[in-house]
Amino acid sequence: MENKKLAVSVDDLTVAYNYKPVLWDIDLAIPEGVLMAIVGPNGAGKSTLIKSILGIINPIAGSISIYGKPYDEQRKLVAYVPQKGSVDWDFPTTALDVVKMGTYGSLGWIKRPRQKEKKAALEALEKVGMLAFKDRQISQLSGGQQQRIFLARALVQNASIYFMDEPFQGVDATTEIAIINILKELRKSGKTVIVVHHDLQTVPEYFDWVTFLNVKKIATGPVKDIFNDDNLTKTYGINYKVSVQQ
Amino acid sequence: MTSAQIEIQLIASVVAVACAIPGTFLVLRKMALISDAISHSILPGLVIGFFITHDLSSPLLIILAALSGLVTVILVEFIQKTGLVKEDTAIGLVFPALFSIGIILIAKNANDVHLDVDAVLLGELAFAPFDRLLVDGIDFGPKSLWIIGSILTITVVLLMAFFKELKVSTFDAGLATALGFSPAVLHYGLMSVASVTTVGAFDAVGAILVVALMIAPAATAYLLTNDLKKMLFLSIGFGVLSAISGYWLAHWLDASISGSMTTVLGVLFLLVYLFAPNRGLLSVLYRNKQQRLEVSLLTFLLHLNNHSEVEERHINHLNEHINWQKVRSKSVVDLALKNNMITIDDSIISLTEKGTSFTNKAIDYIITNDDTGIESMKEDFFLFRG
Repeated sequence: MENKKLAVSVDDLTVAYNYKPVLWDIDLAIPEGVLMAIVGPNGAGKSTLIKSILGIINPIAGSISIYGKPYDEQRKLVAYVPQKGSVDWDFPTTALDVVKMGTYGSLGWIKRPRQKEKKAALEALEKVGMLAFKDRQISQLSGGQQQRIFLARALVQNASIYFMDEPFQGVDATTEIAIINILKELRKSGKTVIVVHHDLQTVPEYFDWVTFLNVKKIATGPVKDIFNDDNLTKTYGINYKVSVQQ
Repeated sequence: MTSAQIEIQLIASVVAVACAIPGTFLVLRKMALISDAISHSILPGLVIGFFITHDLSSPLLIILAALSGLVTVILVEFIQKTGLVKEDTAIGLVFPALFSIGIILIAKNANDVHLDVDAVLLGELAFAPFDRLLVDGIDFGPKSLWIIGSILTITVVLLMAFFKELKVSTFDAGLATALGFSPAVLHYGLMSVASVTTVGAFDAVGAILVVALMIAPAATAYLLTNDLKKMLFLSIGFGVLSAISGYWLAHWLDASISGSMTTVLGVLFLLVYLFAPNRGLLSVLYRNKQQRLEVSLLTFLLHLNNHSEVEERHINHLNEHINWQKVRSKSVVDLALKNNMITIDDSIISLTEKGTSFTNKAIDYIITNDDTGIESMKEDFFLFRG
């Protein structure tokens, strides 16, 4: 593992809302090419951690680097899938148009998406199995379809690192399997995928790396080494017994 | 038409277009009320600018007034961020305070000049053609047309340049940040345009009606389309329509032009609210009725599918078997017949092949919620449109 490059490194990160710390002195080194789950109870700061790495929230202390450089310089290497509930699905726009938004980052200010961007968006839609719905107004999509659209929007960014905030929330089993298969493919092609995840049962099956978080970092490392009752208990505060199948 | 009449309609139309553009984004950002706040709180800036320049159409006055509009936005956000009160309360705190400062300034100092509270609240479009832009004695048309025309030009240029940025930051501020488009810059940019437009439109239509011109066309357009660009064009269209027909309504009633324009906007919204193809009240009621009927149809088809015995399929026994009123049974049977899903042979109803396959597909969809099999049925049946 020592030879592997670090995709993301977080040093001494502290974030507070109204002077109340939600993340406390986090150090985190995420090696390139892992499919990592961030787990922890509600209010543990999982989403906050992702948002801080992406510059959406300003930390009060600490630093973050993406492949050794600040996020501002490495924007194009990073794609982000926010929580589904974070946007207004009644917004007047179509599935294709939402996916095209993923290309805006590489376009920069003022330049408009053209044929090339449209083609990339259509390809991403096809990858998530949503090509037939490209002209559908986004409020007319089911929860699982909306999540796939968000995933397609991240895929179109063709990034090296993908951050996803609870992509399995409110989706049916078919969509969950479709999404995890795409994430596994991303890892296979050398990308790093970081997922805020809620369902502890599926961690060993879906992920190869895990970070336990509860305001402080409890543990981080390969699932097979650290996904155990001890860390779960430390993170969730109660005597946690999941039968972990290795 | 006299040239003054044409000029008034032109000014009203340009004002309407200039308001509709920022208004569309305000509506989508759920910030409609902030335009109300801005339109009132530009008053102190306007009054102070007037004291300095003694000219209601001076650029300095417009800038000062727009700045006090921006101050409103900043104060509202500041109060809201304390977490002590919610946004609507913050708006309600800020703009009356600023507005009343303006009122006091007018009362103390401007009693003798052409700046009274009525003009500020209601504006007077009819006088607009009298204030001409004269350069070296040559008449270049009404001053207010030049002012609002310049504001509109700037708005359109900004809109075309930053359309994609405005769209993404309105839809998903988090993504906009992550992609490097600062939502704060876009937010204050939009607020600046809204403030400047309000000031420019103010002279013509007054503080209260500016709000109507920003919000009503956008809200009306929102009911009609699922495409942001179309929504922009539609709200511009509704704005212009209300400007011109409002003018003629005022002419006919011998009443206030701005009042008539707003009345037209209200009527337009009401009509669209009632008759819009998808989201309109009537279409929703019709859809609900159809869906109820379609559920009955499906129940009926299922019944036929489950029962091969003749007595369960006799047309006269339907009422007792599925326990429906006569009218309902009749409309269900008619619908099934119309779609060739059943045949009636000697008062005995049987499913056709089409009816069987429809029933099976529908059941599949309801059980699995997988709608790939029923794509083709969505056209004819509301039930499957989610």
